Amino acid sequence: MGWWDTGVMIPAVKSFGLAAKWFLGLGMAVICWGAFLYARPAQSFVGESSRIVFFHVPQAWVSTVAFFVSAWYSAMYLWRRRIEDDDAASAAARLGFLFCLLATVTGSIFARVMWNSYWNWDPRETSIVLLLLVYGAYLGLRGALEDPERRATLSAAYALVAVVTVPFLTFAVPRMYQSLHPDTVINAQGKIKMSSDIRLVFFSSMVAFMGLFFWMWSLDRRVSRIVREASA
Amino acid sequence: MSTRSPAPVLGAALAVLRKDLLAEWRTRIAVNALFLFAFAVLVLVGYAVGPTRLAPEDRPTVNAVLLWIVIFFSAMTGLARVFVKEEEAGTASALRLAAPPAAVLLGKYLVNVVLLFAVTAFIVPLFLVLTSFEIACPPLLVALLVLGGLGLAGASTFTAALVSKAAAKGALFAVLSIPLLLPPLVAAVSGTQVAARESSFAAGLDFVRVLVAYDGVVTTAAFLLFDAVWRE
Repeated sequence: MGWWDTGVMIPAVKSFGLAAKWFLGLGMAVICWGAFLYARPAQSFVGESSRIVFFHVPQAWVSTVAFFVSAWYSAMYLWRRRIEDDDAASAAARLGFLFCLLATVTGSIFARVMWNSYWNWDPRETSIVLLLLVYGAYLGLRGALEDPERRATLSAAYALVAVVTVPFLTFAVPRMYQSLHPDTVINAQGKIKMSSDIRLVFFSSMVAFMGLFFWMWSLDRRVSRIVREASA
Repeated sequence: MSTRSPAPVLGAALAVLRKDLLAEWRTRIAVNALFLFAFAVLVLVGYAVGPTRLAPEDRPTVNAVLLWIVIFFSAMTGLARVFVKEEEAGTASALRLAAPPAAVLLGKYLVNVVLLFAVTAFIVPLFLVLTSFEIACPPLLVALLVLGGLGLAGASTFTAALVSKAAAKGALFAVLSIPLLLPPLVAAVSGTQVAARESSFAAGLDFVRVLVAYDGVVTTAAFLLFDAVWRE
């Protein structure tokens, strides 16, 4: 139980939330400016195409984090049987699906510019499609279940089985094939291959996208709670 | 119930297996669905692809995919029956009282393994004959079929338990199973392509390893989460 369960919002918390929201909005605007005007295009990329790294990678990152957040709250639901945990799990899954879709589309545009083909079943492309399918299946399962408690239990169980099978296609199988996907953050050497201007904008964007995710996530959870209380 | 020693669980699982195979023998609903679907698709594939339509160098690539598509979709037509029929007949509550959850899942899993291995034994020889698909390393193909079959049965038995509680069971079963089964299917298809081209078992060992790991992980996850699903 936290301050959000007390029914009244403490003024200090309210003003902190307002400040955080403004900070996030301004931050995003500065990142957009930095992505297109401050950072220089990276070498060995076609034209200006490297600028997509400031949006595509944080989206892919958020969709992966959201997947684990959703699995974590699914496990918590099965453990504690609190319906708020189910709100958190389903909100993370809905947002994860959205960011996964954005990462897929931006990645596909980049592939067209860089390799002259929208889609060529690169291991990374395959794994993001798997993630999309899992999110879609999870949301489909939720849609097919009427009773809230049954929906929470069964979708939590599905999310947890999915979280152990997805790594097979994202980590095991891609290692067995060559990938064209550029190494930016995750690579065998554990080094960040970026110039300092790109690195600054990139990591600011990662932080901002995570902030955006957590803000949208808390909105979605609060909406679920209000809807449940209004219908009770 | 669940704190009993392992031997009664195994005994109860074998009793569930016996009951289901006997009921299946009397009605033959799942068997008919599996075999008729498999046969119809084999006729279609055999007629469309045939022994000579494909260039010899394309045969391993195309035929390996077609073979696993036939196996996978045959599984999708019949394997949901094990749990759906209990919910439809209203016998799920009796089963819940009569046997511990682990025994129910193990029994249903074994039923699906038997059904899937029977239909695979029917599909594969016919497929090889109808498309003149030559396998350079038969032991590798057999290993992939056995391990792939165990993974298919494991994941789909669990999703069968989920969809038996939901609306639109038939459509949902495939939607929920595909994301979970994509990793082993990719490994099985790639392994089958290797088995058609190379005569050494070691050439396809990586894919066998992925399947062994997947089978272990998915059955463990299914057993851990089944309690919550079955009691719901």
